[in-house]
Amino acid sequence: MAELLQHLLNGLVLGGTYALLGIGLTLIFGLMNVVNFAHGEFYTLGAYVSFAALALAGIDFFAALVVAIVAGAALGWICEVLLLRPLRSESIDTTMLVMIGVWIAMQNAELLGWGGVAKSIPHPFPTAPLVLGPVAIAPLRLFVLVLAAALIAAAWLLTQKTKLGRAMRATFQDRDTAALMGVGIGRIHAATFAFGSGLAAAAGALLGPIFLVYPSMGDLASLKAFSVVILGGLGNLPGATLGGLLLGIAEELGAGYISSGYRDAVGFVIIILVLLLRPSGLFARQERIA
Amino acid sequence: MTRADGWLLAAGALTLPLWLQSPYHLHVAIMAGIFGVLAMSLNLLLGYTGQLSLGHAAFFGIGAYTSALLTLKLDWSFWPALAVAVALAALAGFFIGRLALKLRGAYFVLVTISFAGVISLVSINWIELTNGPLGLPGVPAPALGPWSFRTKTAYYYLVLAACGLSYLVCRRLVMSRIGRALVALRENEPLAESVGVDVTHYLVLAAVVSAAMAGLGGSLYAHYTRFVSPEVFLFTYTVTMVIMVVAGGKGTLAGPVVGATLFTVLPEALRAAASWQWQMLAYGVLLVLLVFFLPRGIVPWLARVMAGSQAPAEPDSPTIRR
Amino acid sequence: MLAVRDLAVRFGGVTALESVSFEVRPGSITSVIGPNGAGKTTAFNAITGYLRPTGGLVTYDGAPLTGLRPSAIARRGIVRTFQKTSVFPALSVEDNVLIGLHLRGTAGFFAVLAGGRRLTAEERALSSQARAVIDFVGLGHRRREAASALAYGEQRLVELAVALAAKPRVLLLDEPGAGMTGSEKAVVSGLIRRVREQGLTVLLVEHDMRMVMGISDTVIVLNGGRVIAEGSPAAIQAHPEVIRAYLGASAGST
Repeated sequence: MAELLQHLLNGLVLGGTYALLGIGLTLIFGLMNVVNFAHGEFYTLGAYVSFAALALAGIDFFAALVVAIVAGAALGWICEVLLLRPLRSESIDTTMLVMIGVWIAMQNAELLGWGGVAKSIPHPFPTAPLVLGPVAIAPLRLFVLVLAAALIAAAWLLTQKTKLGRAMRATFQDRDTAALMGVGIGRIHAATFAFGSGLAAAAGALLGPIFLVYPSMGDLASLKAFSVVILGGLGNLPGATLGGLLLGIAEELGAGYISSGYRDAVGFVIIILVLLLRPSGLFARQERIA
Repeated sequence: MTRADGWLLAAGALTLPLWLQSPYHLHVAIMAGIFGVLAMSLNLLLGYTGQLSLGHAAFFGIGAYTSALLTLKLDWSFWPALAVAVALAALAGFFIGRLALKLRGAYFVLVTISFAGVISLVSINWIELTNGPLGLPGVPAPALGPWSFRTKTAYYYLVLAACGLSYLVCRRLVMSRIGRALVALRENEPLAESVGVDVTHYLVLAAVVSAAMAGLGGSLYAHYTRFVSPEVFLFTYTVTMVIMVVAGGKGTLAGPVVGATLFTVLPEALRAAASWQWQMLAYGVLLVLLVFFLPRGIVPWLARVMAGSQAPAEPDSPTIRR
Repeated sequence: MLAVRDLAVRFGGVTALESVSFEVRPGSITSVIGPNGAGKTTAFNAITGYLRPTGGLVTYDGAPLTGLRPSAIARRGIVRTFQKTSVFPALSVEDNVLIGLHLRGTAGFFAVLAGGRRLTAEERALSSQARAVIDFVGLGHRRREAASALAYGEQRLVELAVALAAKPRVLLLDEPGAGMTGSEKAVVSGLIRRVREQGLTVLLVEHDMRMVMGISDTVIVLNGGRVIAEGSPAAIQAHPEVIRAYLGASAGST
């Protein structure tokens, strides 16, 4: 029982960051109709920027986190303006190819810049785990869980309560009508892409100290983000949050009770099963046929 | 391209070992041939049905592992092992085709990626069968009666034959009512359905043929390098195939062959100048540039340039036959 | 005979078709009219398998069509066109029509790989049939051009040619005259009449009342997801409920 609770808690920590990854991707996918295969690279970027700020520039751990998020958002903005904006009227396949190109270019740029050797991000938290009844959690993991929850809440507030969020939702509902209503599609897309990329960078900077940082870490992150989006349904923010938590827990349970070698297969299997059985996502209501 | 050009090209390919004295150059030619088969295989799906498979390394790997395991563990000879490798890859293609029957675009991509991911994890973790990350060394070279394909020259002809066969299969398919059905799926699926094209049937057919060809490429690769490891499932292989097809010209018969030749020879030629990472970085940038500046690929662009210089009055007439 | 019985389509809580029943007499030209949102296109989609109806039955010569996929319905001789221009844009007019001739071909996978004389003969036969259809709609001079390069009116003719190539017994046309000039509409009306003379049954959705009244044998009026009137053009024009529906919904739409 204690073991199960421990797995659930670990799954929740992982799942929180998966949710961050998924929320960014689901917004980009749902709102811009762009399949962002470079999403995981922004995750990697966040981890490396945080590492660079901490280990090389000597900045404080928390400030490094902020720097990573800003860097991810800034590069996301540039990416949208330079590469996606000119292709807005093109098909989804065209932008997908471009983002695959960005993915490969970014990953190999990181490989060239940092080398293939994994780095570890130092953090100021004590290593002794906090014991809470039957379960134990490292203070760093607790911090990651709390911060992920805060960022998810911020994302929700942004889309629900701000003017930008309303414009984003209007664009998601109907791009043409939103444009007629005076919503600047260009700015909304850039903001969405920057926002999503910033969240991915945050996830990278948060998980970086727990795991190791290496150039190809984004590949799995991308796949996990896609599993989360598919679980939660396209453009569905609460769905992505729940999907992320579910994936994290499923992975922990799979690794704990089945085989750790197949931990990463959980995401793949989820993608295949959900697309086959419920293509609109687990949490979507019956979709309109048209 | 006229018939004469075609014969000239065939003659060039057949006599290539006479021109290329160095075994290294022949090695590059062999790799170009194997990638030619793979690129043609991907093009059948991406170019004609319009569905991008990012799991093609899985079919390639299934072919490579099947062939290697049958010859190593059961002492089969190369030819039946090749046949089973192709058949198993085709079966996997059928499975994916059925699975992704209703999925298009991004969803199709995701299912194919996930499939390749699962297969790759199996190859790493099923150590009793695959020897895990260490891989399977000592895959035997093929032989036909008294002849062995141990030499590079012999293997070159084997690969050339596979390339020619794949090209012929693609050409026959594309220029038939089956090819038109595939293109109809790419161009306008509801309209295709409305005139009785059973779109899903043809999508599964394309997936099976495409996977079988990728399996053929995998088997040839395994018996050439004599070694198979989980690296055959590397995403790099799939990316290379995608670049070859997009650069050469998706939905054209010659495009993948041109793309495969270019992107095997070029990296080898640049090997001294740029490391593998720089090349991969360049691939990424190139893919972006291609989409922006040469979206239809080299072959259609060349065709247009040549048509423009010869008969400027001829309007651009895109047909399925190219 | 194509028969529609109590056809109903609901999207979530919205009822698009409540309960629609009508029959299309073989060899006739029947038009479905009605104000915007009356459910005309929904009915077309439900008949041709693009939409699974919530209730009701569509039969052709007594055999049910409901639940079949669009391609299977086309195989039974019921072929439709689309409201928005729908061609294979990157392909030549000839290739467009050759795809329309898909069901006329018989070569399967292995026959295609094997090649041979029979395959060549079949391809040649299909080409000449394609030419005949293209000439029928009057696009002979555009045969080699990409469909996307054609003018709007010509693209709609390509669409018609693709549908005709499938050798339908019942042809469903969704607003064949939409967006066309008067003379183009006259050409389309002429083609529809000639198609009927060849023994086809035509069911069409159309907004242009002059065209509808000019070519139809029977007119069916849909409003609010149900049939409110059915009869000859003259009877429909005098029908009080039709006049009310049109004047009440959007007076200027005719």
